[in-house]
Amino acid sequence: MTHGERTLRVGALARVEGEGAMYVRARGERVEEVRLDIYEPPRFFEAFLRGRAHTEPPDITARICGICPVAYQLSACRAIEAACGVTLDGRLEALRRLLYCGEWIESHALHIYLLHAPDFLGYPSVVEMARDHRHAVERGLALKKAGNAIMELIGGRPIHPINVRVGGFYHAPARGELDALAGTLRGALDDALATVEWLSGFDLPDDEIDHEFLALTADVYPLEAGTPRTTGGRAFDVADFEEHIVEEQAPHSTALHARLAGGGPYLTGPLARFALNRDRLSALALDAARAAGLGAVCRNPFQSILVRAVEVVYAVEEALRIIAAYRPPAEPSVAVPARAATGRGATEAPRGALFHRYELDGAGLVRSARIVPPTSQNQAAIEADLRSVVQARLHLDDAALTAVCERAIRNYDPCISCATHFLDLTVDRS
Amino acid sequence: MIVIGIGNELRRDDGAGPAVVAELRRRSLTGVTLAVSDGEPGRLLDLWAGADHAVVVDAARSSSGAAGRVRELDSAGGVPSGTSSHALGLVVATRLGRALGRLPATMRIFIVEGRDFGYGAGLCPPVARAVTDVADRIALLSRDARR
Repeated sequence: MTHGERTLRVGALARVEGEGAMYVRARGERVEEVRLDIYEPPRFFEAFLRGRAHTEPPDITARICGICPVAYQLSACRAIEAACGVTLDGRLEALRRLLYCGEWIESHALHIYLLHAPDFLGYPSVVEMARDHRHAVERGLALKKAGNAIMELIGGRPIHPINVRVGGFYHAPARGELDALAGTLRGALDDALATVEWLSGFDLPDDEIDHEFLALTADVYPLEAGTPRTTGGRAFDVADFEEHIVEEQAPHSTALHARLAGGGPYLTGPLARFALNRDRLSALALDAARAAGLGAVCRNPFQSILVRAVEVVYAVEEALRIIAAYRPPAEPSVAVPARAATGRGATEAPRGALFHRYELDGAGLVRSARIVPPTSQNQAAIEADLRSVVQARLHLDDAALTAVCERAIRNYDPCISCATHFLDLTVDRS
Repeated sequence: MIVIGIGNELRRDDGAGPAVVAELRRRSLTGVTLAVSDGEPGRLLDLWAGADHAVVVDAARSSSGAAGRVRELDSAGGVPSGTSSHALGLVVATRLGRALGRLPATMRIFIVEGRDFGYGAGLCPPVARAVTDVADRIALLSRDARR
């Protein structure tokens, strides 16, 4: 530290998915610059989708992320089916929603227990936390396993599912296979409710962000489909997302930064979904949210861990509801004949809305592709939040300030691999 | 006994673990369960749950340039941080397993040093030879475990 100027530099962020760094420069009592440096190399998925058959993007884009492959698969399916003018019947849609519940349960349980909870209990990692909170960690692993079980049964395997195709699935499970899964999920529902109760006892810091929230909305809590809306009153069809979401290059990042057209940075993810869809939660999940102290809108990013836990309750209950009503579809998929057209699709990945756009030629080959993942949409908002977190805590020494910054970043469960387009912290105090 | 090969067959030498499992599958060993994993800690803990003996094979980026070199470790001695080619994988899994009392009675870990972790299938020749060597050593371990 030199007189008056202070620089914080975190070279590699821990407990986030992917590779990134953070740089903070302060002069006196004022924060001058905060940068979330995403240096994970560009991955060129949009480029190498060109020339591939219209049936291939679900399997190719699933490889973008090992945590949320279903989100990529189903956003791709939606976009291609939209281009080809095909819609799926209710039974196939229900099966997709069930698969998506599995991904939410697994991803949220991973983040809550293995990545985020150690922050609030004062442990460097889940390994140290497990020595003192063995029962809780076992509960988290059991929840994660329940999500995995859904992914394995419906998707064919727990990561990068192989049973999803444009138009539906390669194979639809038999009624009896789902009955066995329901037994696992009934235990998981108790674990999910216990998770909300456990987290409610955490000492969560106060903070408030004023970003506009963006989430899909639907008749039910959004997972595999919906219409984008914002807390600012903007609503638009998925087909028009490129008119409303503007992506720009940031020199320090391999991820694009997004903002609303004619507006500023916005936030997608659990806080946004909850704010725009709270009344679509099940009665049990809503009761759990109220008991945890969550109001109609939660603007404290440190409470995002509570919202995720409420979403796990919902996802487990929703999976059980779908299983109870399940009747195998007549066919596991519908035909999706290619045509020269452009289609757009969106679903709610665990980290937020995920948009895909594909332009197909008459032979069904992809002429161009565009993927807008949640972490790149959130990056500008995360930087703005970090600036206020640092500004309010400049009195802390570099080690303490670095720790708070890392916690603030993990509030957003960023997936840098997806966004590469993540942390090493540098604080420059001049 | 369970043998777990960690890795991605579509990232060249990172596929060493799954290749060892494939080689052992061809040999039809008695009393040996075979599995391939992405190295995610929760799934590793589930895979070796209930097994008295576990053998884990993973690839590592060679710091010495000696592709194909094999290191054999005992989990009781700890897995050195950074050994695994999967960031939140084997190291966290073994440490978490120890904290939760969820490690098998014995665990051997084979680390195969690789050279090429680029896109695509296929191992470089030294790593392919190491796969056969590791499979031979695991076959001997399985025979000892049955005695």
